[in-house]
Amino acid sequence: MSGTVLWATVLAGSLGCYVLKLAGLSVPAAWVEQPWVARVVDFVPAALLAALVAVQAATSGHDLVVDGRLVALAVAAVALALRAPFIVVLVLAGITGALVHVLAA
Amino acid sequence: MSAARSQTLRDALGLGLAVGLYGAAFGAAAVAAGLDVWQASAMSLLMFTGASQFALVGVLGAGGSALAAVGSALLLGTRNTVYAVRLVPLLRPHGLRRLTTAHWVLDETTALAIAAPDRALARLAFLVGGGTIYLMWNATTVAGALGAAALGAAAQAALDAVVPAAFLALLWPRLRNGFPEAAVQRRVAVGGAVVALALTPFVPAGVQVIAAVVAVALAGRPRPAERPSPREEMA
Repeated sequence: MSGTVLWATVLAGSLGCYVLKLAGLSVPAAWVEQPWVARVVDFVPAALLAALVAVQAATSGHDLVVDGRLVALAVAAVALALRAPFIVVLVLAGITGALVHVLAA
Repeated sequence: MSAARSQTLRDALGLGLAVGLYGAAFGAAAVAAGLDVWQASAMSLLMFTGASQFALVGVLGAGGSALAAVGSALLLGTRNTVYAVRLVPLLRPHGLRRLTTAHWVLDETTALAIAAPDRALARLAFLVGGGTIYLMWNATTVAGALGAAALGAAAQAALDAVVPAAFLALLWPRLRNGFPEAAVQRRVAVGGAVVALALTPFVPAGVQVIAAVVAVALAGRPRPAERPSPREEMA
């Protein structure tokens, strides 16, 4: 992807996200507070973030792959369940990923 | 200074410092996805909403198109529309103030403003929290991006493993007991992951992430009895 396209993506995404914020301050509350709108908005992050976790950890292009990233994700999940701080979770995942990489090579 | 005022300031500053770490993770993820330091920085300055920023670089990193990347960022950005509606009675922004207030509407600033004991403190919490988060988020984005850009090939494997872990950490609080309808959130999350993985071999990269939004249907109909009205929630 060229630098120009990347910049266009960054700027279009930024403008869109700003408009979504401004809309909330500008439209009548009743438009946004419909029960089904609230329902969808409450659950969109869970669906999308979980999809991103899965795609980032277990795919490469069009293939499903198992490598160090998935092992690191499992370690991160255990750390999160034990209520480890964010930085500890990331460091443990990073060390795991590097370790599997070295062992596999 | 009153106890309530200093508590509000402490909460706002504390939260601002805490999100800094996520900024560093975002900077690193952006560079791993192929953005340069300037583009990563522009996102933190202009988009300034963490989950959408992570989603945009996540889709690009997976080889997705610009359209899929922007689409996933906007879907996650709809949250902020609802937060802004809740902030209107507390902040009552008018005219030009509305344009600047909008930029700092986030999960964190909304939580701070709603938790404050009165309207004056809600404004203070929004401004101090928003300001601290904005400064920290942008400073650490640059640090994370520069750090990741300096990594060697071996450390890239570590970074590849850190990015999904950062997404999981972003998702985790929604799945934990104590979050409203945590069991339903978990069901939707599993559904989203399954849909994305099932579609990966067949659709253009990035599209599977947006398609995963259909998993929201697993949440079922709104439950008026369990959902407090906005007024009760704010009290």
